[in-house]
Amino acid sequence: MTTQTNNPVGKSVPRVDAFDKVTGAAKYVDDMQFGPGLYYGKLVHSPYAHALIKGIDVSQALALPGVKAVVTGADTPGRIGLYMKDRYIYARDRVRYVGEPVAGVVATTEELAEAAAKLVTVEYEELEPVFDPYAAAQPEAPVLHPDMAEYKWPNFIFPEPGTNISEHFKLRKGDVEAAWPQCAAIVEQTFRLPQIQHVPLETHVAIARWDQTGEVTLWSPSQSPFAQRDLLAQSLGISHGDMRVISPYVGGGFGGKAGISIEANVVVLARAVKGHPVKVRMTREEEFVCTNVRQSLHAHTKIGCDAQGKVLAMETQYYFGGGGYNDYGVNIARASGYSCTGPYLIPNIKGDSHSVYTNTPIGSAMRGFGMPEIHWGIEQIMDRLAEKIGMDPAEFRRQNCVKTGEEILTGMKMPPVDLVACIDKATAAIGWGQKKPASAPGKKRGQGLAIMWKAPAIPPNPGSSAIVRFNEDATLNVYVGGQELGQGAFTVAAQMAAQALGIPYEWVRVSANPVDTKYSPYEWQTVASRITWAMGNSVKAAAEEARQKILDVVAEHWNEDPENLDIKNGVVISYQSEREQSLKSMVVYGLPNDNYEGWQGGPIVGTGKFMPTYITGLDKETGQGTRSVAHYSVGCQAIDLEVDTATGQVDILKIASAYDVGKAINPDLVLTQIEGGAVHGMSSAFEGMFFDKQGRLRNPSLVDYKIATALDAPWEIHGDIIETPLEDGPWGARGVGEHVMVQTAPAIANALHDALGVRFDDLPLSSEKIYLALREKEAGGE
Amino acid sequence: MLHEITFTVNGDPYTLAVYSQQTLLKVLREKLGLTGTKIGCENGECGACTVLWDGEPVNSCLVLAVEANGHAIETVEGMSVGGELHPLQKAFIEHNAVQCGFCTPGMLMSAKSLLARNPQPTELEVREALVGNLCRCTGYVRIVDAVLDVAKNQ
Repeated sequence: MTTQTNNPVGKSVPRVDAFDKVTGAAKYVDDMQFGPGLYYGKLVHSPYAHALIKGIDVSQALALPGVKAVVTGADTPGRIGLYMKDRYIYARDRVRYVGEPVAGVVATTEELAEAAAKLVTVEYEELEPVFDPYAAAQPEAPVLHPDMAEYKWPNFIFPEPGTNISEHFKLRKGDVEAAWPQCAAIVEQTFRLPQIQHVPLETHVAIARWDQTGEVTLWSPSQSPFAQRDLLAQSLGISHGDMRVISPYVGGGFGGKAGISIEANVVVLARAVKGHPVKVRMTREEEFVCTNVRQSLHAHTKIGCDAQGKVLAMETQYYFGGGGYNDYGVNIARASGYSCTGPYLIPNIKGDSHSVYTNTPIGSAMRGFGMPEIHWGIEQIMDRLAEKIGMDPAEFRRQNCVKTGEEILTGMKMPPVDLVACIDKATAAIGWGQKKPASAPGKKRGQGLAIMWKAPAIPPNPGSSAIVRFNEDATLNVYVGGQELGQGAFTVAAQMAAQALGIPYEWVRVSANPVDTKYSPYEWQTVASRITWAMGNSVKAAAEEARQKILDVVAEHWNEDPENLDIKNGVVISYQSEREQSLKSMVVYGLPNDNYEGWQGGPIVGTGKFMPTYITGLDKETGQGTRSVAHYSVGCQAIDLEVDTATGQVDILKIASAYDVGKAINPDLVLTQIEGGAVHGMSSAFEGMFFDKQGRLRNPSLVDYKIATALDAPWEIHGDIIETPLEDGPWGARGVGEHVMVQTAPAIANALHDALGVRFDDLPLSSEKIYLALREKEAGGE
Repeated sequence: MLHEITFTVNGDPYTLAVYSQQTLLKVLREKLGLTGTKIGCENGECGACTVLWDGEPVNSCLVLAVEANGHAIETVEGMSVGGELHPLQKAFIEHNAVQCGFCTPGMLMSAKSLLARNPQPTELEVREALVGNLCRCTGYVRIVDAVLDVAKNQ
């Protein structure tokens, strides 16, 4: 303990998890050892996008020596789901996407399990599929869930049984019809985004053991160990006390490991071979088709402004392609409804946001939760409006962006943020308006920018809790249930505990690997960029409780008022008597009375919790309410790029980002989110899942589905941090993990327009698409 | 069919019986318990399973274990010697080049091999050397900075 970092909040202290990760010591689920009793499972996937299951024959698979069990939908009568309980763990009567699990086998080896899976024969009767979300929302579309009315959903979701619409959020404010005639410029456009995949380097893997005593243990890389426990307990009739989820480091989440995916399938396999752990690891191909993906979107948006550039009205329809099951996805449509304007103050709004069942993989949470999808269109329209009225797009945004205290679309007052400062910083960093020449003839250079907002899309009452506990030498263990996905959750937890207690950062040990629902304090989920804010508040509260307990013991020992005492740099001091008391020893053994006539104190433990209690419901017909969300984080990105006009190849030269994070608990970790997010956002603009006419994914591999490499990523990534404190954030902090990729794609599109004079309404921005658009422009087309 | 192979891993000699179809990746992880080498795609595309084969980086998912007979293999577990972290490991920590950590072992292997054959690489050469190691978290910038920093100081 040579280094002693006091008051670590706001300092870029080193990560607590880095050492384990650079030495190979960090254990991920697939690295855990279970000995020779481990069995292997393999899922049988539907080859059809939409079909009825007429019969399943498992006899051949069961007859294979070494095969221990085969499980089908007949074994899983209960529906499961976080928001919309709309799916069986194994399909029962119908399949709704290619890749859906219809059966699972358990065998003594991986190879046997794979062989047995091929021996399960399923008889299907094909049904007409529908893939496009807009088409699926029409009355004549085949209905994927005829039993929707029987499903269970929370009271803030509004599905339309009898159709494919699993959620319809309505936002009504002002009078759009009256506003259009006052507009000097109007842009109306349809935008389409394909489904894309998270592509974590670690594919989904789960190991489950169902003991003969009825205790069930699941090991999974999870953003939501507690939510998984809750869903499994509910669906399978297990007591929460007997259902245990253990989750070590997660090898990339990005929302794909939030909620529940294959984990329930594996638990059901384990039930069939009680006492034996069963492991299922998704191949990269399975990861693409059988785990969650980002939803597709069909957006039709119309926005108008007056001659001075003031935005007056917006009308928008969003149709999210939710896939075969919309569970988590209904809340993405809802979040995109109550934030449908993007970060703009617009007086007249008519917004309709739908999630729609489609015969594609399950669309679910992905970094940004609907916001990257809706900002794709909004941010291009804002650029086009600025162009139409002859205004600089940065200035247009400064003028129209939402500001602190304004009444936003839902009627809620905007919590403190400084989006104008973000625009100023990002544009300055890129040299806005001073376009540099292209590097070679045949290349064209362009600048573009986009702004964003995002609120934590959470139910009204997601809880967090934390425990702190001292050791004899005054080192402190911090127990949290939030997950380390790489974002730095454990590091900021340690910083906050140290800061609130008044001890050096180096004294803190984070006891959260693995997160274990049997031992860790409750945390709703590591999603929604909520951990620094919500879990952080609970850590702060736990540390403050421990601090008060220490001060009370010492005050009594010194016969002083605890109000006059403080803990500084790990030492209790008195402002009154100037006495000092080391924390060592006393935080476990307490302090002796004079002449050792008895003792005071004892082991110091602090507990803390946080739950937002102020979020209100929103009116079903208008989306209006006093507090729609906890808060918003905002930011701006500006991009400098170059296009090779002979090939359509885009080279992103620089991305400059500025985000208002309230308070950077660890500034360098904020910057690493900004940098990584910029490249994730850039990559997402060039990604897409492509299906054939039968709904089979044509690019389920990293050969055909490319993500950004070290050569694709821009060499220059600039980050600026703005700190406008959040009222209920720890030290003012709010989240930033998702925001950093929300507006990258439209910022690129705006820069492409600057370079080429061409607009792109649909993602991905493939070189082919850009090349063809350039040829069309040369030929005199639009 | 089983084959007996003799090879070294991180300098230690091993004689093992391996099946014809077993990959080096599976043998390292399952027979030797060296789980620092990760399974990402088993298709040679992601680089999470990169190990050094007589000093050259290979995707261990694409190499059969029988082929390793007589060769020297190095994994991330062999990087720190005598309780001291390798300069690249230190630089990855100092530059916050690690997020989820799943690509890190493979990145370190590719970087180590690069610096062995080219002690003073340019930024372009570093990026080219790491192009087969995918990272979804960091945007690569800190990883490249860390490798260049080690090159500068060695």
